[in-house]
Amino acid sequence: MSNVLINAPKTAKSGELIELKALIMHPMETGFRPGTNGRIIPRNIIQRFVATWNGEEIFSMAFSPAIAANPFVSFFVVARQSGTVELHWTGDEGFDVKEQVAIAVG
Amino acid sequence: MTSRAAIALLIAAFAASYALAQGSDDKRRSGYQDMGEALQKMQDDDSANPGMLFVQLGRQLWDKKAGSADKACADCHAIAVMKGVAARYPAIPQGADTPIDLEGRINLCRTEQQRGAPFPPEDQELLALEAWVAYQSRGEPIAPPDDPRLAPFRAQGEALFRLRRGQLDLSCAICHDDNAGKKLAGATIPQGHPNGYPVYRLEWQTLGSLKRRLRNCLFGIRAETPAWSAPDYVALELYLMQRARGLPIEVPAVRP
Repeated sequence: MSNVLINAPKTAKSGELIELKALIMHPMETGFRPGTNGRIIPRNIIQRFVATWNGEEIFSMAFSPAIAANPFVSFFVVARQSGTVELHWTGDEGFDVKEQVAIAVG
Repeated sequence: MTSRAAIALLIAAFAASYALAQGSDDKRRSGYQDMGEALQKMQDDDSANPGMLFVQLGRQLWDKKAGSADKACADCHAIAVMKGVAARYPAIPQGADTPIDLEGRINLCRTEQQRGAPFPPEDQELLALEAWVAYQSRGEPIAPPDDPRLAPFRAQGEALFRLRRGQLDLSCAICHDDNAGKKLAGATIPQGHPNGYPVYRLEWQTLGSLKRRLRNCLFGIRAETPAWSAPDYVALELYLMQRARGLPIEVPAVRP
């Protein structure tokens, strides 16, 4: 069950700088911690986050084990055309979550 | 309502309720007021507050059927009815003679109504459901019930609050009554009000219950922690809620 909170403006003026914020539920298990049985808990992190606007990449980042659980990402983008922003998180154990938001630019 | 307006309203509501709670010479402060500005902003912005992920999860679980009775919480309760519930718990359920806290109430429904296995302590689904229920009371002042049957348990809670224990020989009161506002290493000692639980604690990187927080404190003073099911926690919570009467519920609060 994916659990994401996205904060993006519904509308923007053409050429306006807008901020997109996204929070996702994920344990970001480092792979360095022993569990209650003394064995190392296998690493389970998000590896990559990519944002596209109408299919064109506008932002991407690589995650590392040092990033805390439930990572929050915020970035700025210039609004050029109306369309769909797609946010895509991929990671260990087949983690794959896609969310979309529509932004009207006028 | 836009999220920005909602945030502004929330801040205004908190400020107003604190002004109300501190109208006279009331010196009580929520842990919120002792945090840095960055953390306060994190708590106030619903799209940056990680506790909201659990509230969202709780909303989904509320409608999900569970147990051998195949019933969802929503089959019995409209969520709107949950407004104010977190502000008055712990309470004594019908037909019982000892008080239970909110998570005890959820587990009681779980076993008796849904006929499922109770959630273990600090279970993510339990915390999420608790957060979703308590979220309905956000901004409501804490209002413990006047049930006279609660009085002995509350008195027991106060006795526990003042009991010196552990290798450091400290009581809750020594830190949170006598020395609140001063520093313990780099951290400000809060007054220890239970108005934000379950809280998203950055150190835990997850949502946690008041019970977990109390166990943390006991561990910190090198005292023995009672079992998760011990009645001590509910008694302490009863006293803490009485002590925080009037402070607004902040669920999901963010704490360092």
